[in-house]
Amino acid sequence: MFSWFANPHRFLMLSSWLAPLFYAAAALLIAWGFWQGLWMVPKDDYQGGDIMRVMFIHVPAAWLAMASYLGMAVMSFVWFIWRHEVADIAAKAIAPLGATWTALCLVTGAIWGKPTWGTWWQWDDARMMSVLFMFFLFLGYMALRAAMDTRQKAARAGAILAMVGALNVPLIKFSVDLFTSLHQDASVITAEGPKMAAVYLWPLLISSLGHSLLFAALVMTLMRAEIWTRRAAQIRARLMTGD
Amino acid sequence: MSAGSLLSAADIGMIRGERLLFRGVSLSLAPGEAIVLRGPNGAGKTTLLRILAGLTQAETGMIDRNVPHHWVAHRDGLKPHETPREHLTLWARAWGQPQTEIEPLLDKMGLSRPSDVPAKHLSAGQRRRTALARLHLENRPVWLLDEPLTALDADGKALLLDMISAHRTQGGGLIAALHGDPEFEIDMQVDI
Amino acid sequence: MSPAPILSAFQQALGEAWAGGAGALLPVGFFAGAAVLVPLGVGTDPETLRAIGPGILWVSLALSSLVTLERIFQADAEDGSLDLWLQTSAPAASIAAAKTFAHWLTAGLPLALLSPLLLLMFQAQIGGALVENMLYYAIGGLAFYFWGGVGAALAATVRRGGLLISLIALPLYVPTAIFGALAMGDGPSSAAAPLFLAASTLFALAVAPFAMGAALRLAAD
Repeated sequence: MFSWFANPHRFLMLSSWLAPLFYAAAALLIAWGFWQGLWMVPKDDYQGGDIMRVMFIHVPAAWLAMASYLGMAVMSFVWFIWRHEVADIAAKAIAPLGATWTALCLVTGAIWGKPTWGTWWQWDDARMMSVLFMFFLFLGYMALRAAMDTRQKAARAGAILAMVGALNVPLIKFSVDLFTSLHQDASVITAEGPKMAAVYLWPLLISSLGHSLLFAALVMTLMRAEIWTRRAAQIRARLMTGD
Repeated sequence: MSAGSLLSAADIGMIRGERLLFRGVSLSLAPGEAIVLRGPNGAGKTTLLRILAGLTQAETGMIDRNVPHHWVAHRDGLKPHETPREHLTLWARAWGQPQTEIEPLLDKMGLSRPSDVPAKHLSAGQRRRTALARLHLENRPVWLLDEPLTALDADGKALLLDMISAHRTQGGGLIAALHGDPEFEIDMQVDI
Repeated sequence: MSPAPILSAFQQALGEAWAGGAGALLPVGFFAGAAVLVPLGVGTDPETLRAIGPGILWVSLALSSLVTLERIFQADAEDGSLDLWLQTSAPAASIAAAKTFAHWLTAGLPLALLSPLLLLMFQAQIGGALVENMLYYAIGGLAFYFWGGVGAALAATVRRGGLLISLIALPLYVPTAIFGALAMGDGPSSAAAPLFLAASTLFALAVAPFAMGAALRLAAD
């Protein structure tokens, strides 16, 4: 299956109609999720009143922070084993977007945290800490790729680091959980996740789907740009050497 | 490729970034032969040698390495604090070779006097002689040499040419990247 | 495969560490210097210092490992010895592990041995805990050196690679720092934390060499 997608030409064909479709669907879903989240659902005073509405960005961002790192690691693995160029282009495209959504997750978390926990940053919250380290992993990945002098080296170095990072994520998560479990009393947040009322669940799911489609569409756009950039560079190199 | 070849390469091509360095390079090294790589600076002579040595991955092509090889790069591989004696002792040990040969080898390479001087205080020619001395630590049929004459004085050049002809007489082969005209008999020239 | 190349790589790295930076003196000096800056910044209240002392030493250990590691593979790539090591009969991963271990031995272990002295300066009580902590710093430092080595190998051909190594390695240092700090605290998980610390170091020893090996092959490419 990977080999089928690994053809840059086929990817360009496929993404030329899939990306616009995703953009349109994402716009509709995110708009509906916003409208529901900001106006339709009742506020929950236990979660900080109106401020809890930030969760309609925060939760999709948290989901995408995790999913995008996983996606980047899988693409790196595929590239490392099969050397399909499109997999590397995908990993490269995911990194800045993943970092953006991870940062969005951290910022909305802080905004939500201030009124509910009384602090912008809660060192005792395992999720915030894990997401923060994920953000650093993204930054390191991008910095490493940027420091390499050819795209082939950037691909190899990036793949090694993404895989090492992916192997470490469970350990980081476990250690952070252990660290924060010491300080449970300080943590105010108790109700979330499964206990969530159904009235919030649907807008959240729709909103998350919308963010995911937007993310995928942006990845495709960046990948298309990268493929064209590489082709342009090839043509320029060929012109310069007169080959 | 011929059955008796020490090392053969078929259709080697290399791309750096988007730049095509070379393509379609094929060669076969038989016992006693010398192949010289020629080309302007930046053409990829060193890259081709590194590909043959297995250090760099080629974009296309196949390489058959039938026997062990020595690689003497432009960079000598000496640590600043290492003396020629320490360097040769270390590599003799790493390659599982006896250390009894080291004194005569230092002597042969004209390194007896600076044998205990750290590399940072050696001249470029003395460092090069130390690197070339590694060729004699272990008998390997293929020598891959990148600009081996660089920094050598007249004595050093004569010494290296002697080493090369003795190596070829014993059935060894070599592939060298050279700037100037080869000062030894060559069997094949690869222009890249 | 004979172990000879691995032993030689270990031996060369030891020699390099002693010759290149006055042996353990440089990292130890950095470690102690970084640690003693803290009381100047946070004040000299004995209770505060006693509470933060062990953590300060973890941070200093992490920082000094990054500073020491910056050159270990970069120098090899520059002077050409990386080519030679990659062409021995030993896998690149084992060469990388031998070199990293040698650097931990000459720079990381001395820091652990110095830790009781610094902890006393941070108002710790004399007792068995000082020896225990020394062990934790030694084990945790080993993980720091191996994860830091991954960063150092990846950045081996990068100019001013030090900042890049830090950015790459710091998230990988998190579990060790947490388990180490927990092992020294008196919380509910401090009994299990030493085991987690040892396990995460074993994990580093198992995984990092392969990443370093692949990264060194890339650096030579």
